[in-house]
Amino acid sequence: MKRLLPACASLILFVSLFAPIATPQSKADYAIVHAKVFTLAGPPIEDGTVLIHDGKISAVGSDLAVPAGAQVVDAKGLQVYPGLFDAVTQMGLSEISAVRATVDSTETGQFNPDAVAATAILPSSAHIPVTRAAGITEVIAAPASGGFDSSGDTNLIGGQASAIYLAGWTIDDMLINKHAAMVVDWPDVQTRSFDLSTFSIKEKPFPEVKKEYDKQINLLADYMEQARHYAQLLQAPGGATFPRDVKLEAMAPVIRGEVPLLVFADTARQIRDSVEFCDKQKLKMILAGGQEAWKVKDLLRSKNIPVVLRPTLAAPPDDDDPYDRMMTQPEELRTAGIQIAFASFDNSFARRLGQQAANAVAHGLPYEEGLKAVTLYPAQIFGLDSQLGTIEAGKVASLIVTNGDPLEVTTSIRYLFIKGRLTSTDNKQKDLYEKYLNRPKPGR
Amino acid sequence: MSISAKIAFIGVLACLASANGLAAKEKPAVVAPDTPSPAILIRNATILTVSHGTMEKGDVLIKDGKIAAIGSNLKAPSDAQVIDATGQFLSPGIIDCHSHIAIDGDVNEGSVSVSSMVNIADVLDSDDISIYRDLAGGVTTANILHGSANPIGGQTIVIKLRWGQPASKLPFEGALPGIKFALGENPKRSNFRISGAPPRYPATRMGVEETIRSAFTEARNYKNAWDTYNKRVAAGEKNLIPPRRNLKLDPLVEVLEGKRYVHAHCYREDEILMLLRVAKEFGFHVQTLQHVLEGYKVADEIAAAGTGASTFSDWWAYKVEAYDAIPYNAALMTRRGVIVSVNSDDAAEATHLNQEAAKSMLYGGLTHDEALKLVTLNPAIQLGIDKRVGTIDVGKDADLVLYNHDPLSAYAVVEKTLIDGRVYFDRLTDISGRPALAQEKKELLEKLSKKPEPEKKAGEKKPEVTKPEGTKGGENKPAQQPEQKPEQKPEAAPKPPQAQLAIGGVQ
Repeated sequence: MKRLLPACASLILFVSLFAPIATPQSKADYAIVHAKVFTLAGPPIEDGTVLIHDGKISAVGSDLAVPAGAQVVDAKGLQVYPGLFDAVTQMGLSEISAVRATVDSTETGQFNPDAVAATAILPSSAHIPVTRAAGITEVIAAPASGGFDSSGDTNLIGGQASAIYLAGWTIDDMLINKHAAMVVDWPDVQTRSFDLSTFSIKEKPFPEVKKEYDKQINLLADYMEQARHYAQLLQAPGGATFPRDVKLEAMAPVIRGEVPLLVFADTARQIRDSVEFCDKQKLKMILAGGQEAWKVKDLLRSKNIPVVLRPTLAAPPDDDDPYDRMMTQPEELRTAGIQIAFASFDNSFARRLGQQAANAVAHGLPYEEGLKAVTLYPAQIFGLDSQLGTIEAGKVASLIVTNGDPLEVTTSIRYLFIKGRLTSTDNKQKDLYEKYLNRPKPGR
Repeated sequence: MSISAKIAFIGVLACLASANGLAAKEKPAVVAPDTPSPAILIRNATILTVSHGTMEKGDVLIKDGKIAAIGSNLKAPSDAQVIDATGQFLSPGIIDCHSHIAIDGDVNEGSVSVSSMVNIADVLDSDDISIYRDLAGGVTTANILHGSANPIGGQTIVIKLRWGQPASKLPFEGALPGIKFALGENPKRSNFRISGAPPRYPATRMGVEETIRSAFTEARNYKNAWDTYNKRVAAGEKNLIPPRRNLKLDPLVEVLEGKRYVHAHCYREDEILMLLRVAKEFGFHVQTLQHVLEGYKVADEIAAAGTGASTFSDWWAYKVEAYDAIPYNAALMTRRGVIVSVNSDDAAEATHLNQEAAKSMLYGGLTHDEALKLVTLNPAIQLGIDKRVGTIDVGKDADLVLYNHDPLSAYAVVEKTLIDGRVYFDRLTDISGRPALAQEKKELLEKLSKKPEPEKKAGEKKPEVTKPEGTKGGENKPAQQPEQKPEQKPEAAPKPPQAQLAIGGVQ
């Protein structure tokens, strides 16, 4: 454990002199003491202690003894929260978005259920430590959630999104769930689109694009049908031999309801059609995007579909929308009974996750709900809340120690723990800052 | 004017006018553009003057569009409208030093490497909803720039966000016009190519420099020809033939004469120094470096040149030249003596520039006042309008924002935005006007859907606009036009072709 300690470990103060005497049998790698602990599982604990052992939170409370040998983090005046969880990113799949060679987010072709994000995530991506420094400890890395599609086809099944920790020497070190969700990029009906080959707006009549849209959905339905048959073959008693298909094989857990569909849809039509599609197909669905989710909130509520929302710091899709629509929508959905989570849908802007939540809070979302929408709710939506999302004994020790509200833009992350390891908040940008801060005056 | 813009425009007038009796007392009624603005007394606000500290529970009196007095317990003239700002924060209006709002159509004349003959002032669009949305984010003044497709781009103009007024009323009176320069990946068309079209010169940073040097060599020759001509005319010579007028070189001569500001898009340290060298050689001043994401590497040189730097808060990695971008840029350059502003380059980003400025307190440790200056006084200095705007001082334009919270926070919401002492945005009025607006839109759409019926032939398809979702945000809406999203963030580009276009194409 100690060999992994980064530079900031030297900041830890050994104050065991002042700590209560430990019971002999208890053990801890770290003890965060005198912190205000926002467990999100109950009211905040003033002057609280969090004990971390073997990657897990071993205890949390106000009168805990600090076991001998534990490294003590004196967090007097500081606050502890669960680490933030960005529910849709392209982390590790795209380094410099303009440079095709560095982008591995979107495969060509329409059906790529066997493309798994974890396969192409670069653990040493510069984005990971930069994002971590903003208090984000977990993300969903989702293929086909943006970027390039060189084939020009509509990417219908984009591949599998993986849940990862933002720390680790290898992808195996980072993985939470390799098969967190199956990405579906729902088709759209757009009569106007930008044509790069002629560099102009191309217009198509509505019936034509609607026909194309329906065709895409039929293709998707056919594919689900094939996958269903395949899954039945897999489960057939006696293990009948039949020609194997890697793509359909990857669909089987989706058909069995073990892996949810993460459906990218923004317009009311897309959302309505995709919800009805998944309902008919009896597939578990998570909506990603949801710019017009407010228009179909009753349907989303009745089908119990959680929504991973696009950034609130964005223009509303329609000129006639109220200017603050993207910031008021989270509360509108929540009061309608829909579970929401925030996400960056990006890499370089992932660090704005807290800011996005704060802007929704400024427009009506209760503060604690804003906080949960970047911690507990994404964990619940992706079925990881038994391990993550709150500070409770037994859960994975992914948490942050801050000098204030983690949603506020001026708050700094003092310590960060991922899987129980004290993890550095140093990064490429901080290094460059320090280097040029110390640049001598020219001519000397 | 598009239907939606029309509705929005009518709606704002309607909602401003429809305030009930009680509210009307507090809120200035809608004012026709040329009538004098009423006196307004803002009472009991936390006043962030930016120039001389913060005043708790202060009053600001506005007369004739200017700040007439600042103090405690100011007496309101009998005709003054009183705004009770208890618990609110009053800040100078936000100034966005890099914007592409209020532009009708494309921001780039990208066909040539020097497009100084075109002028953004010719295509101002006062109906762009982004004006209203940015106003709702506290922006009162914006530097409206041509794109970055050319080493020397088009002419630029500073506007006030006087929503509801015609394009002719948008320009900031007396502000020096500018011209856009661009260095690096965009002018050398690195990330962008129209298939089938021949590549355009320049294709390297060497060629970008050469293009600028060539253009200014031409401009210098042209200026000499005119100077000589004018001298001979002044000396009384008759029947001289004047030099041929050159619309491309005229603005460059203005640059040489200090009558037009250079706003130069740039990223890398090498190209920043390159431009400063060329400017020195030709004897012109670079007023601002825009984006200047590696400015922190050469901050001393920028400071020595007396050049301003207008940067992003935390954008990075969207292209190679943005890979060394750091959120500490604004603070580091400030500490080295550069006048720094934080800009948007994007209509949506502009709505929270206050929050973006706040990040420099975290990244690099600027003080509260220093951070607020990044979006108020400093951009005013950079645009040469600091005698008029940028701080809360007696005599300055009453361009002010009332927030419900300290503006250097993600929780701050704009309550009111004033320009020239008029309330151009009022959050409560906006919210209370929404049902009426929705009703009006509904009626207009019903009218539209009924109108063609008399001439309708049997069996003809219904007009598309009768489809409920087709009318709002649905498929009738044009694809988000990437031209209006210059330095586009990946998140703002849901569809691949747009992302690709935006990265290299516009900016």
